[in-house]
Amino acid sequence: MSTPLVDINNLHVRFHGQRTVHAVNGVNLTLAPGETLGVLGESGSGKSVTLKTLLRLLPENRTQIAGDVRVSGVDVMALSGKALANHRGGVVSMIFQDPMLALDPVYTIGEQISEGVMRHEGASSREAYARALEMLTRVRIPSPERRLKAYPHEMSGGMRQRAMIALALACKPKLLLADEPTTALDATVQIQILLLLRELQRELGMGMIFVTHDIGVAVEVSDRVAVMYAGQVVETGSVRDILRSPQHPYTRGLLAANLHGAQKGQRLQAIPGAPPPLDTAPVTCSFAPRCPVKAAGCDAGPPPNVTLAPGREVRCIHALGEAQGSAAN
Amino acid sequence: MTQDFVQELGQELGEELGMEDAAAAMVASQPLLQVNELTKHFPLGKGLFGRSAGVVRAVDGVSFEVRAGETLGIVGESGCGKSTTARLLVDLIRPDSGQIILDGQQVGPEMSVREMRRRMQMVFQDSYASLNPRLTMEDAIAFGPMVNGAPRQQALALAHDLLFKVGLEPRRFAGRYPHELSGGQRQRVNIARALAFSPKIVILDEAVSALDKSVEAQVLNLLEDLKGELGLTYIFISHDLNVVRHMSDRVMVMYLGQVVEIGPVESLYGNAAHPYTRALLAAMPSMDPDRRTMEAPLAGDPPNPINPPSGCRFHTRCRFAAPVCSAQQPPPQILRDAGHLTACHAHVPGSGHPGLESAA
Repeated sequence: MSTPLVDINNLHVRFHGQRTVHAVNGVNLTLAPGETLGVLGESGSGKSVTLKTLLRLLPENRTQIAGDVRVSGVDVMALSGKALANHRGGVVSMIFQDPMLALDPVYTIGEQISEGVMRHEGASSREAYARALEMLTRVRIPSPERRLKAYPHEMSGGMRQRAMIALALACKPKLLLADEPTTALDATVQIQILLLLRELQRELGMGMIFVTHDIGVAVEVSDRVAVMYAGQVVETGSVRDILRSPQHPYTRGLLAANLHGAQKGQRLQAIPGAPPPLDTAPVTCSFAPRCPVKAAGCDAGPPPNVTLAPGREVRCIHALGEAQGSAAN
Repeated sequence: MTQDFVQELGQELGEELGMEDAAAAMVASQPLLQVNELTKHFPLGKGLFGRSAGVVRAVDGVSFEVRAGETLGIVGESGCGKSTTARLLVDLIRPDSGQIILDGQQVGPEMSVREMRRRMQMVFQDSYASLNPRLTMEDAIAFGPMVNGAPRQQALALAHDLLFKVGLEPRRFAGRYPHELSGGQRQRVNIARALAFSPKIVILDEAVSALDKSVEAQVLNLLEDLKGELGLTYIFISHDLNVVRHMSDRVMVMYLGQVVEIGPVESLYGNAAHPYTRALLAAMPSMDPDRRTMEAPLAGDPPNPINPPSGCRFHTRCRFAAPVCSAQQPPPQILRDAGHLTACHAHVPGSGHPGLESAA
């Protein structure tokens, strides 16, 4: 088996400050080259923190990171100096929710894209501008020559998002991290960006981790889905498996709350309560207080991570029976 | 015209039947809220040499009605004027022109703004920004009734009742400040505050959009419960078409300050008439991994509401656009049944548009 593009093993991230936050509590994730993984979760579930760890973007003096993070076999946690700078943007690149914050307001789009190309590939200014133009054409920005000289504020929201994608992909990274890149966009623009990302991912053969809270969006772009809750991955599987036979009670609740196909006048099956505060590291199942099928064993210790099939894992005590059932068959 | 007639009729009936019956008859015959040709243009700052730099046509001739006890959903993209419409309704922004008729009385000439706000309340998207950080939850809810003359003890008792109604234990939450609550809890407080005047209409402007999905479902259930319990009427504004479908009886679709389609929820979702409504529905992410969206229904961003396109405002992005579309503004056209209207030349016989099927 070839080396996975991303291999995260038992990742723990803890923030110190006025209060301690256990943001990520033992995450395992793998991504094959050219594959798209959708990471689904609500705010505070640790999905963005996991992504930022892959680029080492978390503030070092206030963050305590434990675990193994590898991209193409390279230990990301051991990188520093020039190697880290080459890693960022050259191997792994990231796009964000708000392009207005991600783009520099005082440089033109052309300057921003070409700067990265010159830095990473040692290209001349002329070559770098040619690449910038090529990228703008590729993300289908209308009249790209003119937009090279445009500042971010001169563009519409959808166009800025396209420019940010062009910037992220200019150095042909192996891995693209997408942190809710379509959440702030209008519906008719969101679907354009999703289709564009899907197409570019296929054309460039890169891996992509796409973080979202919207199941519909995850379905449109992902091959596999990981559902996160309270800093842990509670369920992974192919998009089909997650959608058609969700195993974890949280995944089921999330699907019901998505309202797709909900009957008017019928009560929604809302998950009661709110996510835990994460002041302390979880010792039992974090979802147990909200769980509709909570059993006696749920408070006894951490839930088992049950492998139902290769790439299909559920962190729930109830999945044990399921696994034995399918093994018997 | 009709309005005067209804009122006269009501008065005549009042003489014959006694006032209560007349009131009942009027309620049955007239919508709770009627909005006629509501318009708001925001002038942009003066340009060089005092020339006006243009106007944002945020809301441009919007008419609709809301019947007692129903939920009217309003959908559209950013800049379509849905939030401005909501703010105009409760007079947070003064309209340039148009009428708002609540309970048969026109706001302004016949009903004071203060009285209108007693009957029509609003809940906003940002649950934190809409609460005073220096007021406890009970004070925030009791504030309105106290300003309107209720004694403090009575207002506080009401606040506790309302906290209980929205699912927050008064003993735990009454003394808390906004920053001590989660987003979902704060939005429950905002709903309680809106209910403090026993309003007839509650306008929910993206009230659940900032909440996480699992919490959103809880608040939607709460809204449904309160509606049944208190006989409320909702105007539910959202960009989430799934949520609007679940909540609404009728849905209104807006584009660049105008209404493009309005109709009963199932008729509109199942049989959308306007090309923009169809595009909006087609842009919803597919929930089936085997049937992903293969083609974006629209290209580009919505145009700027400053100097919007001539004629039908959607013609620049519409794949069915014909010459008539840029020349003339389409009139509202009744489809199938009287409740489903759309403003599209393709549905007007003899407009010069070949129709949606032949143009495709």
